[in-house]
Amino acid sequence: MFKILQNSFRVGIATAPYPRVAPHLAEQFRGRPDFDFKGWSDARPAAEACPTGAIALRDQDGSRTVTVDYGRCIFCGECAEASKDGAVSMTRDFELAATDRRDLVLTSEYSLRPDGTHAALISSVVAPSAESPTRRIEASIQSLLGRSLAIRQVDAGSCNGCEQEIAALNNPVHDIERFGIHFVASPRHADMLLVTGPVTRNMELALRKTFAATPDPKIVIAVGACGISGGIFGTNYASLGGVNAVIPVDVFIPGCPPRPEALLYGILLALGRLRPSHRLRATS
Amino acid sequence: MTSLHQQLRERFPDKIRSVQEQVTGQFTVLVNVPDVVDLARYLFLDCGARLVTVFAEDRVAAEAIFYNYYVFDRPGDPTWLILKARIPAENPSFPSLAADLPAINWQEREIQDWFGLEAAGHPNPRRVALHDNWPDVHPLRKDFPLDTVLPPFEGEQHVYRPTLGEGVFQIPVGPVHAGIIEPGHFNFAVAGEPILYLQLRMFYTHKGTEKLFENLPIHRAVFLAESISGDSAFSHGAAFCQAVESAAEIEVPARAQFMRTVLLELERIANHIADIGAIATDVGFVIANAHAGRIREMVLGLNEMLTGSRASRGMIAVGGVRRDWQQTQIEAIANTLEAVEREFRRLVAIIQSSDSTRDRLEHTGILRPDKASKLGIVGVGGRASGVDLDIRRDHPCEAYRHLSFKVPLYQAGDVRHRMVVRIDEVGESIDMIRAAIAHLPDGPHRSPAKPIPPDRCALGAVEGWRGEIVHWVRTGEDNRLQRCKVKDPSLNNWPAIVEAVEGNIIADFPVINKSFNLSYSGTDR
Repeated sequence: MFKILQNSFRVGIATAPYPRVAPHLAEQFRGRPDFDFKGWSDARPAAEACPTGAIALRDQDGSRTVTVDYGRCIFCGECAEASKDGAVSMTRDFELAATDRRDLVLTSEYSLRPDGTHAALISSVVAPSAESPTRRIEASIQSLLGRSLAIRQVDAGSCNGCEQEIAALNNPVHDIERFGIHFVASPRHADMLLVTGPVTRNMELALRKTFAATPDPKIVIAVGACGISGGIFGTNYASLGGVNAVIPVDVFIPGCPPRPEALLYGILLALGRLRPSHRLRATS
Repeated sequence: MTSLHQQLRERFPDKIRSVQEQVTGQFTVLVNVPDVVDLARYLFLDCGARLVTVFAEDRVAAEAIFYNYYVFDRPGDPTWLILKARIPAENPSFPSLAADLPAINWQEREIQDWFGLEAAGHPNPRRVALHDNWPDVHPLRKDFPLDTVLPPFEGEQHVYRPTLGEGVFQIPVGPVHAGIIEPGHFNFAVAGEPILYLQLRMFYTHKGTEKLFENLPIHRAVFLAESISGDSAFSHGAAFCQAVESAAEIEVPARAQFMRTVLLELERIANHIADIGAIATDVGFVIANAHAGRIREMVLGLNEMLTGSRASRGMIAVGGVRRDWQQTQIEAIANTLEAVEREFRRLVAIIQSSDSTRDRLEHTGILRPDKASKLGIVGVGGRASGVDLDIRRDHPCEAYRHLSFKVPLYQAGDVRHRMVVRIDEVGESIDMIRAAIAHLPDGPHRSPAKPIPPDRCALGAVEGWRGEIVHWVRTGEDNRLQRCKVKDPSLNNWPAIVEAVEGNIIADFPVINKSFNLSYSGTDR
């Protein structure tokens, strides 16, 4: 017993001070890919390289609409590699959670040259919710749940990658309990469902029942590319795609899997516990 | 040692239609499906071979035929033997081997469900991979489109066998569990505290992975392989890439082989440390898990520095790895390992100093060696129960042939020894990584891309941290795949849990389950 205590004192405090202070991330960490829509001379190589269809093209009458969906992105970096003009670059941004699904989608429209490269940028929309009111969680719910939150995690079909990072929220480094947030064993005790996907046909009923068993008011968060959109699995005979195909979702946390800080950001965003100006850059 | 295919030829000269070695060390023996029974019996009774996996392929459009593939492995023999059995499309049936080889009980039923080929004589031919409420479909047949929309399901997902007797009752658990884990259903029959009988229902996370591989461009398929089981992203990626590289005769540069080896072993270390902490938690020794979580973070941070991802995703590629390492990254490996080793030793000392923890782990969840080998248990769970298998030693790929290491082996088969195997392996892995970076060759990290020829078949096998991971591919036109079979070690090992929990109290189920720590997604795909 003495040795156990001695060891704990030796280690000291292991907890990282995020979100007060930016986390130490490796230089190599791949966060949000950034798109220089103006300087992008050809979106085809990036779209061809993208393994999940997060970059989609639609060519029509000499113009091209490019859609970039961070809700599908698995942050592999292939688009940046494939775009030789340097218009796509990987950043270390990980605070990507959004309360509106549309905020994860960027679009741009180009006129085309005969060889299929971009002649000129016609328009681009990078923050769709600025045009329409963003769906926000009611302040009354936030004040009710904000100080002490019970989360029920539901794996609705994931590869277990997201589960690894969610479980890491309980370790001393990320220590989610310092926010008064804890994971509970039953949906009946929960204020929030943290759902990973894609939602499989075999988990559809269990997810619906879990949602119904969670008392109101409740918050639902869809975690990871698969939870948001079906990710690399998409929709098929066995997969229904994202969580919001089955139950209503309040917050979307991109990632494959989202790192623990990205999960924390999304959860605190749902609770209204981040300042609106909160924006951290990684340090290394 | 006479090779297995030669032995087969001498013993059954009229039953072997052909022997092919399309890939060095992988012998494919073409036979008719009724002959499989005699050949398989001979292989495992007289030759001491083990059936690694069985799977099917729909070649009706091309050859008007289905094939079943039976992959055999013999201790001490670095080659693979694959029986390729012809199943005529007009008689879609094959003789079941599950009564003799319980290890393939589920895999034969999977073929029934996914291909509509009948496993004739199967001792329990009920559905396994599709739940009972699915319509009559066979998704891995080529004429079944991937994006088929099935009507809403009705009826029971699965009818459990009743367990009767005075004072016997059943406890249903799942698919949504109490912890942050994957979904599956457990039906316990108990009399008082001890468990009489456990029935499992898996495949809740079945998401069409093997179907998705079909017709997928290979450069995208690598990412799908990484999503088969997220905790083994790099191992599955490696098994897949090896299969494609063998099929297409792509040379992997020596430097990339060493880098892959380092990342495979880091994946093992991170997961083993997490499991050791989780096993301690499940018997109430939570402080150990706090330290384990902290040490694991060091390893994940290193992964991120080496690959850009804490789970080592997006790093492996056909022909090598996507990014090279600079000197500073290689130095970080040595420095992090030193800290990890020091802290891990302290963690192990803490766990071993607790008598009450030891008391809960010892003699709990025993899997006897005879049962383990009969059930075909692999990986950590096997090595704690006398099953001496390790792909790294038996079929050395990547840089393993250049490294020396010990494969831990115990006979006790209880939870404690499954933990001890992990403790031993973390130590071995740390030494292996040190040796690998000390001898890291110079040169390219990836061979130049080249077109992948169609209709080539090959096997890839990796010892993931959980056990052997096997991928089998058939390439297609236009750098695409026709078929990818995925065999995660979890698929073999679920029956071990059924066996190990019997007679234990239900309160010990979580720790027994955790001591195997199987992947539901790897099972269900």
